[in-house]
Amino acid sequence: MNRQSDAEIETGLRFFGKMTASISHEIKNVMAIINESAGLLEDYSLMAQKGMPVDPERLKVVSHRIANQIRRANGITTNLNSLAHSVDEFQKSVDMRETLALAVGLTGRFADMRSVTLDFHPPSDFPAVITSPFHLLNLIWRILDFAMDASGTGKKVGLTFEAGPTSVKIRFTGIEALTNEPSTIFPTATESALLHMLGAAIHQDAKKGEINLVLPKDVRQQAAAES
Amino acid sequence: MEKVLLVDDEKEFLETMAERMGARDMNVTTTTSPKEALKKAQEESYDAVILDLMMPEMDGLETLKELKKKNPDLQVILLTGHATVQKGVEAMKLGATDLLEKPADLKILTEKIKKAHTKKMVLVQKQAEEKVRQILAEKGW
Repeated sequence: MNRQSDAEIETGLRFFGKMTASISHEIKNVMAIINESAGLLEDYSLMAQKGMPVDPERLKVVSHRIANQIRRANGITTNLNSLAHSVDEFQKSVDMRETLALAVGLTGRFADMRSVTLDFHPPSDFPAVITSPFHLLNLIWRILDFAMDASGTGKKVGLTFEAGPTSVKIRFTGIEALTNEPSTIFPTATESALLHMLGAAIHQDAKKGEINLVLPKDVRQQAAAES
Repeated sequence: MEKVLLVDDEKEFLETMAERMGARDMNVTTTTSPKEALKKAQEESYDAVILDLMMPEMDGLETLKELKKKNPDLQVILLTGHATVQKGVEAMKLGATDLLEKPADLKILTEKIKKAHTKKMVLVQKQAEEKVRQILAEKGW
């Protein structure tokens, strides 16, 4: 193994670790709510055993709360499952709508912690892209991570998608720190390595406060053209 | 009656926990905002503050630091999704009374709140005794 492949492995593992740690925290929060709700139902049943009246509406509130949290947990574990399966193949046809929705879903908790809103506008036309789903997710996360920190007072990062004849563009907007000049600290070597793997490129539009990620529609053709 | 301030960004967790604690004769105030918690802790005297470690706006350890700055005797119990020895040590160094992992057992949490209430009563008594000593010394009685 050489240094470059070690660095690539480390990047991937760090991304996986960060996402799964975040997911486990979210699940813990869900379990805490369900735990307290179950405890509250037990409290109500003890009250009823002692002959105290129990309002049926309160029982409904608690049961709805539990059902909501189960739905929430289902969404979280679906994201975890999708993330886990993103390493099944490193070159496959990828549904960009699903991939972007997954990236936004995985980033949601991080955005909440920074009080940043993620604004995702999926267009109606989403062509499939042949690429590495895991590395693409990793790169989108790294751009979002930077964008959230650089969102300034606006605290809102937008995500849109455009398709061209041979490439697709993912636009990250609301990056206030770029409005004066392009960043010299982004992309770092890690993002550059991911860009190289994906045959992709990043363009910073300082005037608009945007980062555009341009991906080939077929990473195999890009690699063949370069060789 | 123990007086408790619950701070967590999960509203449903707060509501459920507050109802259960209320049924156990505790006087409970809740907030999802750490900044609001700091304000409330200055305005009211609480036996214990139950504080989530991971919150937007201001994280639990930062909030703990600020709470202890304004009131070094305040009893603060931290709740976390993943309790490690390292986190525990860091929390204790900053003056936390305890660190519990979510989902927390309400029986255990209630015992810790009662202990915090007793500790506070002892501190209040000590402060009162000290005041009396000072007055006696000043008056030369």
